[in-house]
Amino acid sequence: MTTTAGAKGDAGLVPTITATIDGVEVSVPAGTLIIRAAEQIGVEIPRFCDHPALEPAAACRQCLVEVATPDSEGELRAMPKPQTSCSLELTAGMVVKTHETSEVAQRAQEGVMELLLINHPLDCPVCDKGGECPLQNQAMSHGNAESRFVDVKRTYEKPLALTTEILLDRERCILCQRCTRFSEQIPGDPFIELQERGPQSQIGLLDVDVLNFEGFAPTGLATEDESGRPFSSYFAGNTIQICPVGALTSAAYRFRSRPFDLVSSPSIAEHDSSGSAIRIDHRRGEVVRRLAIRDPAVNEDWITDKDRFAFAWQSLDDRLARPFVRDEAGALVEASWPEALERAAAGLAKAADGKRAKGVGVLPGGRVTLEDAYAYGKFARAVLGTNDVDARWRATSDEEHSFLVSSVAGTGIGVRFADLERASAVLMVGFEPEDEGGVVFLRLRKSRGAQAVFSVAPFLSPGAAKLGATLVPAVPGAEGSALASLPQDVVAALKGSGAVIILGERVASARGGYSEALKLTETTGARIAWIPRRAGERGAVEAGALPGVLPGGASSGSASSRSALARMWGLEDLPSARGRGVADILEAAGSGHLGALVLGGVSLDDMPASAEAAIKKTPFVVSLEVRRSGVTDLADVVLPVAPPSEKAGTFVNWEGRLREFEAAFDTGAVSDYRVLDMLARAMGVDLGIPTVDAVRAELAAIPIDDAARASRPSIAAPTAKPHRAAGEAVLASWHLLVDGGVLQDGEPHLAGTARVPVARVSPATAATLGSAGIVRVSGAVRGSITLPMVATEGMVDGVVWLPTNSPGTNVARMLGVWPGASVTVKGIDA
Amino acid sequence: MSKLTPILSRHWAEPNSWSLTTYEADGGYAGLKKAVKSTPADIIQAVRDSGLRGRGGAGFPTGMKWGFLPAPDGGHRYLVVNADESEPGTCKDIPLMMASPHMLIEGAIITAYAIDAERAFIYLRGETVHVYRRLLGAVEEAKKAGYLGTNILGTGYDLEIIVHAGAGAYICGEESALLDSLEGRRGQPRLKPPYPAVEGLYSRPTVINNVETIASVPGIISEGAAWFAAMGTERSKGHVLYSLSGHVERPGQYEGPLGMTLRELLDMSGGVRKGHTLKFWTPGGSSTPLFTEKQLDVPLDYEAVEAAGSMLGTRALQIFDETTCVVRAVARWTEFYKHESCGKCTPCREGTFWLSQIYERLESGEGTEADIEQLLDTSRSILGRSFCALGDAATMTISSSIALFRDEYMAHVTGHGCPMNPRATALFAVPAKKKGARA
Repeated sequence: MTTTAGAKGDAGLVPTITATIDGVEVSVPAGTLIIRAAEQIGVEIPRFCDHPALEPAAACRQCLVEVATPDSEGELRAMPKPQTSCSLELTAGMVVKTHETSEVAQRAQEGVMELLLINHPLDCPVCDKGGECPLQNQAMSHGNAESRFVDVKRTYEKPLALTTEILLDRERCILCQRCTRFSEQIPGDPFIELQERGPQSQIGLLDVDVLNFEGFAPTGLATEDESGRPFSSYFAGNTIQICPVGALTSAAYRFRSRPFDLVSSPSIAEHDSSGSAIRIDHRRGEVVRRLAIRDPAVNEDWITDKDRFAFAWQSLDDRLARPFVRDEAGALVEASWPEALERAAAGLAKAADGKRAKGVGVLPGGRVTLEDAYAYGKFARAVLGTNDVDARWRATSDEEHSFLVSSVAGTGIGVRFADLERASAVLMVGFEPEDEGGVVFLRLRKSRGAQAVFSVAPFLSPGAAKLGATLVPAVPGAEGSALASLPQDVVAALKGSGAVIILGERVASARGGYSEALKLTETTGARIAWIPRRAGERGAVEAGALPGVLPGGASSGSASSRSALARMWGLEDLPSARGRGVADILEAAGSGHLGALVLGGVSLDDMPASAEAAIKKTPFVVSLEVRRSGVTDLADVVLPVAPPSEKAGTFVNWEGRLREFEAAFDTGAVSDYRVLDMLARAMGVDLGIPTVDAVRAELAAIPIDDAARASRPSIAAPTAKPHRAAGEAVLASWHLLVDGGVLQDGEPHLAGTARVPVARVSPATAATLGSAGIVRVSGAVRGSITLPMVATEGMVDGVVWLPTNSPGTNVARMLGVWPGASVTVKGIDA
Repeated sequence: MSKLTPILSRHWAEPNSWSLTTYEADGGYAGLKKAVKSTPADIIQAVRDSGLRGRGGAGFPTGMKWGFLPAPDGGHRYLVVNADESEPGTCKDIPLMMASPHMLIEGAIITAYAIDAERAFIYLRGETVHVYRRLLGAVEEAKKAGYLGTNILGTGYDLEIIVHAGAGAYICGEESALLDSLEGRRGQPRLKPPYPAVEGLYSRPTVINNVETIASVPGIISEGAAWFAAMGTERSKGHVLYSLSGHVERPGQYEGPLGMTLRELLDMSGGVRKGHTLKFWTPGGSSTPLFTEKQLDVPLDYEAVEAAGSMLGTRALQIFDETTCVVRAVARWTEFYKHESCGKCTPCREGTFWLSQIYERLESGEGTEADIEQLLDTSRSILGRSFCALGDAATMTISSSIALFRDEYMAHVTGHGCPMNPRATALFAVPAKKKGARA
């Protein structure tokens, strides 16, 4: 059953009406469309343009039915023409006859089907959609077996590339307008539109050739990216999935497979913290495509293009199939599992135990599953005897740590997607909805106009603008100060019903940010949603893969919680030291005060070059990785682990919702928890978590003790503005959704849809940088980034924005600083 | 015997008929001066009492349409004049606006005053640049004379009229597609409800009327509803323009009461082309089923024409004599509907595509008897199934011409092509009794 267009939310308030469809009485909430009401009695009316998430178009005319309504005297009056059941609401006393009981309706549907097919090519045998095609299926069920059309079919040059990722075969298109309505109504990126008219009607980009325009360029919010290049959408791939024919195909999947040769496995997307439901279609142990699965509570019908297209990274040539160990000559050589585990166990034992041992740091990375995060935490505490474990691989702060352990860990499901949609006001801090939120952006956009949205940021990003957000200007790093002095109207809005404050991962670089946000919850009643970027961060917080916090959220300083957990784990006690975070661990490693590192899925691209130096300096490094990387090249032992498609696990999404998934297929690759369990055995400890069920059973038994929770942070935001010398600017930066991330490797078609990297400054700042329109940004290290400069209206002066990790602009590695730091800016002549 | 009643057309022959001076000299803007002294409700009642019905084809009672507007809520309300006259054969609004633009302007001001709109739009067929200039000039003149702009005639009422030139699409004559086009979107019909009276232009209450409808309003106000209602038949009141074209001696606009017959009009216009006889005619343009000489005495009002099996439409009386191949004529109209289909809905978009290919084959001699059935069956798949009335319109002459002239269709099949001489239909090809001239 699908949701009704008219009945939103509080179903109790919508009156129920009763009518008759095909002689069967049906009661539905008022406002229910006939086509949905018919589904409830098991009558499926054929349809093409209809989509439950889009507004009715009544364009394809396939769903015609006969309708009669009672007049004011109660006498039944038949409507003279058949009606489209996708656009007409069922009303009390209405009598509907579908194709099941009405010859008129059946004849009308057959007529429309015949007309739809006259210009549709008979290329089903080579069409990607063949076998899962609504047109094919419904032509079989509601059409005539033979065509009477003997004339010339419409043809077009094929295919038309709408983006590098999406190809359009116009002759297959039945002009249902689902794709154009999606792009306009859902993400608000009108990158395609109907062109020409009549039989020549076609979907296309604004194409001067098709439209016969000359010297005319498109303008508008979503038609260009920062560089002036046409920007399509981060959500364009959804149009392929909702296309009822094979007109829209993806460059990656086109002509690769037949749907009936694929095995479909439900899963959860690994690219962001939303935990979107996806379907993995695979064949002979290789993923060939991914689709959205409708999940009304989370991603509804949609996923990001990254979730849809970025999966090739899991099966590239640099996949690690077997362990590696460093030989005497210093080269990494392939090794057997027993040999590698033995080497790793010996090296870690040496660093962890004994009088001169300097200890081991464990850095699992932010993409771990809940089960893996738990295993890293347990491995650190039970085997290595340390609380030095931190899944955050990014800028962090003590304040953030206090916030996470006091206000996130063990709190269960808090603000949900549905709450975002219903909130009267949303304040976003250190969070870019489109780039860092994925489907969060779509949920917020659903409420545009009905919701006050504010963005604490140096400028209004295109994504925030599409939400109709109001900018609360803030210099990066000073978001805490901005929260402390919010305009009165923003504070008043936050007192509205269900108001939400969204904190992104970048608040970690804003002193006082969390403390001020927590204060606001007390003064306004708004609730906080912490929406990190990476899929594993919330799970890591819950599973104790953070220093100083035990699984379930208790502080490691709490003796009772420690002993309860130790009892469960069959140990006498657990380490009581507070534990170090990622910054401290790396600093210790860099200064030669760390004996060994256990690294999970971490990339050198995400950290300043000092991280690489620290890893190099560490005497013994064990890396658990999927693919060869800069980190594995530095490791002494490399243990291969499975990518998400090949393992079972759970992502805890930002809501706190458990998103369990099973392995789509088995390649023999094992998940991190299994490797850590084997490694522990090699070190003489039985972790007791060799299977995903064993981990889940332990997780379920973790005691939650709210009393043992750490206290909330209370750090004052700085009031004085830091002095800035001439030629300096404060660095602003975030990851674009499609960028140079390693999880997007191997998918050039997706890469082609990325926004082009530019540097943004305010018009006033731009004026000080010369007229060449190119700016060079230099940071703490020797490197610099040179990019085209875009003057951005309304941007805070003295700030320069760069994409964090787009091709050629790696801020962490090339500048060695985090957002909020002072950088040197220089306009250069072209 | 009915008489012609030049009312809308009464100035057309005067010098500078389009100027304000000429218009005012003959009592122009008297209706407006009278209107602003009465209340909007009185004006709406007068139009209701007059029995004026929409002249754009559908014949919906105008006063009732105005009455559908919700009560003012302080927001914008609009009047939109549909001047996108594009149907083959229909040629009444363009001459009216060309010769007497002030009559439309005056009607628009009275209507806007009655519905409390402070902005009115005239959506004009863009190709008629001449008319566009005349309308722009008339708006300027009216503004200077104080009939438009702020504080009109000292009433405190403000109105601005915007003349908008469309880009040449038949669909934009459909009122909701016109609104989309006027808003700057692709012209495609909108889903109804909401109806324009509730959510029209920019989602605000909007009245949309045809040019001739609005131009009839000043007369109703100045001469009175009873004067107007005295003309015409029982349920089809008032004066209208009859547009005679085709094989008629004196084609043009003939203004008279509703309910005249084609026989009367042919008498006034010199009859069918000399030496020829009537074969078929359209009562209301290319979107209405064909009539033959059997319907010469059908009163041309909404009810009688419908009872006779067609529609009054825009009273575009296209006369075809016996030299005309009906297959050829309908094929041209079908081409038109194919070209002008907006492409939104399947039946109209694909159906006209198919139909025009069948006609092509019939004309070139490749048609079969099954094709004639296919024309009828495809027409049935369009009629009543399309999104808007334009799809229905495309089928009207097809099904009626096959019903009336099936033998002629069959002759195209059996004779492998058109049996008639296409040149004989042209005026210039009429033999001037000279030897050797081709018939």
